[in-house]
Amino acid sequence: MNIVVCVKYVPDATADRQFESDNTVDRVGVDGLLSELDEYAVEQALQLKEKAGGEDTTVTALCVGPEKAVDAVRKALQMGADQGIHVVDDAVAGSDAAATSLVLAKAVEKAGAEKKVDLVVCGMASTDADMGVVPAMLAERLSLPQVTLASVIETQGDQVRVKRDGDTATEVIGAAMPLVLSVTDQSGEARYPSFKGIMAAKKKPLETWSLADLGVDAGQVGLSVAWTEVAETTARPPRTAGEIVKDEDGSGATALADFLAAKKFI
Amino acid sequence: MSEVLVLIDHVDGAVRKPTYELLTIAKRLGEPSAVFIGGSAQGADVAEKVKKYGAEKVYVVDDAQIKGYLVAPKAEALQQLAEKTSPAAILIPSTMEGKEIAGRLAIKIESGLITDAVDVEADGTTTQSVFAGNYTVKAKVTTGTPIITVKPNSAAPEEAAGAGTVEEFAATVSDAAKGAQIVASQPRKATGRPELTEAAIVVAGGRGTGGNFESVEGLADALGGAVGASRAAVDSGWIPHTFQIGQTGKTVSPQLYVATGISGAIQHRAGMQTSKTIVAVNKDEEAPIFELVDFGVVGDLHTVLPALTEEVTKRKG
Ligand SMILES: Cc1cc2nc3c(=O)[nH]c(=O)nc-3n(C[C@H](O)[C@H](O)[C@H](O)COP(=O)(O)OP(=O)(O)OC[C@H]3O[C@@H](n4cnc5c(N)ncnc54)[C@H](O)[C@@H]3O)c2cc1C
Ligand SMILES: Nc1ncnc2c1ncn2[C@@H]1O[C@H](COP(=O)(O)O)[C@@H](O)[C@H]1O
Repeated sequence: MNIVVCVKYVPDATADRQFESDNTVDRVGVDGLLSELDEYAVEQALQLKEKAGGEDTTVTALCVGPEKAVDAVRKALQMGADQGIHVVDDAVAGSDAAATSLVLAKAVEKAGAEKKVDLVVCGMASTDADMGVVPAMLAERLSLPQVTLASVIETQGDQVRVKRDGDTATEVIGAAMPLVLSVTDQSGEARYPSFKGIMAAKKKPLETWSLADLGVDAGQVGLSVAWTEVAETTARPPRTAGEIVKDEDGSGATALADFLAAKKFI
Repeated sequence: MSEVLVLIDHVDGAVRKPTYELLTIAKRLGEPSAVFIGGSAQGADVAEKVKKYGAEKVYVVDDAQIKGYLVAPKAEALQQLAEKTSPAAILIPSTMEGKEIAGRLAIKIESGLITDAVDVEADGTTTQSVFAGNYTVKAKVTTGTPIITVKPNSAAPEEAAGAGTVEEFAATVSDAAKGAQIVASQPRKATGRPELTEAAIVVAGGRGTGGNFESVEGLADALGGAVGASRAAVDSGWIPHTFQIGQTGKTVSPQLYVATGISGAIQHRAGMQTSKTIVAVNKDEEAPIFELVDFGVVGDLHTVLPALTEEVTKRKG
């Protein structure tokens, strides 16, 4: 099996995230890391490899992002991915989801030039843009079925079955490979890189591709041709400090009830 | 005036409230046309409902070829409708499914997509809340037909008489779109409480409940609200994932959010920070949730919640 996992490099959610003057996400001034939600994707890809018995299965971590984004690929290699691809090109900066999905699709095609890709595994959403649409866009671009938001994944031959919590029902989805899969944070804790894994990762193949390598014209991607435009970003004013009381012998409940009554909730 | 396509959010023909919000928003942009992808027998019924909120046309797309498959056929149907109507915009409910339909559609019709809008102005400028609610972003689609997914509670539904003319639309679904099949589906059991994302009041419990969701539910019922939870409570198996609020759960923006036994981690805030009024009960006065509250009680929820429930019930008489 040939599995590609899409991993994104994102600003740390617990840091002070901000925007650049051109309203793109500041990806340099804030410490970045492999999006936590993509760790689940790496984990599931590795489990699929382990279940398949290992040898014939390759897990490739793929990331589109600036220089530093190679850290996301490295982390995936340390967790156990076999090889990495980092697509980096100045022209990609400021791309929207549509352009990102174009670059990812071309990279998946190139990665599968010799041995076709059976499975593209994504996280459910990136922790910065949080759109949750790249997997669907990627599936559309690759003309593949999408099986998204999986919490449990089973494979048998080329058949994939997943369980997922839909908006209004719990569902079982079935499809045949090749396909695009996305997994949720309900799919099971992601492993930590072991010392051995960290050492081994240093020797794993890691390729760097430019847009030219993918046959993508620089004019098809980036901020200037994005299909959407951010006009304005405003930091939310901090909430004004509220009243905080200590509960003593039931006083807390009464005070809270008074507050709710004053606000007309009761 | 150009048509604005609004994808109806429904479960087996029962129209969900966000549909009316989307129709209200659509009127700012043009002439609302509702799109019903469902059983054609239910079309007339659905049309009666949506015309009260301004739908001039109702496209009924029979789902015999669509039901049972994941989003791709719905994206094809919308593409064909977009080609037929050249709409000024396409509004889609911001559910997981809605966003994926929108994603596929955007690539098909080479149009910009904005997800999770909380407001849309007449000129198509959208407002989004990003970085866990720490930033507000105004954006606009610059290429193609604006496709916008809109969060629940983004507008107060306004009644307005529309013609509600039903038009059957025969969509052609390709075999390629039928790649992912829904093998089994178990509808969620109704709780009898308001839908979490639509509720005006949400009472949520976290790890601090120690699994005692009865007192959370008791307060929710006394206030007429919905019940929610933190991921810690979900991961502990105390409550199903559909009740999770936060980055990887639901986003809620109610009039009143009551956080009990929840510390207020950034990922939890991402799902509730835009609530109008926030109150919390937590025994740790240092808990970050207190940075957000309008009113906070430092105390043990096991005593505060039952007492509060009793007080609310008494005052409501
Ligand atoms: C990628 C990612 C996605 C995530 N997505 C989500 C998400 O969608 N939603 C989410 O909620 N979390 C999410 N998390 C987890 C999040 O980081 C926190 O771990 C989680 O929100 C903590 O839940 P909690 O507040 O219930 O538990 P804790 O942080 O353990 O807090 C429990 C609180 O209860 C208080 N308490 C204890 N006993 C009592 C008592 N008797 N009376 C009153 N108070 C009491 C404590 O003082 C404490 O403040 C995500 C994490 C990651 C990494
Ligand atoms: N720049 C990127 N490089 C690699 N994978 C990405 C990138 N952007 C998005 N993805 C994948 O698509 C998923 C959803 O992203 P999004 O639609 O931005 O929320 C992520 O969890 C990743 O698996």
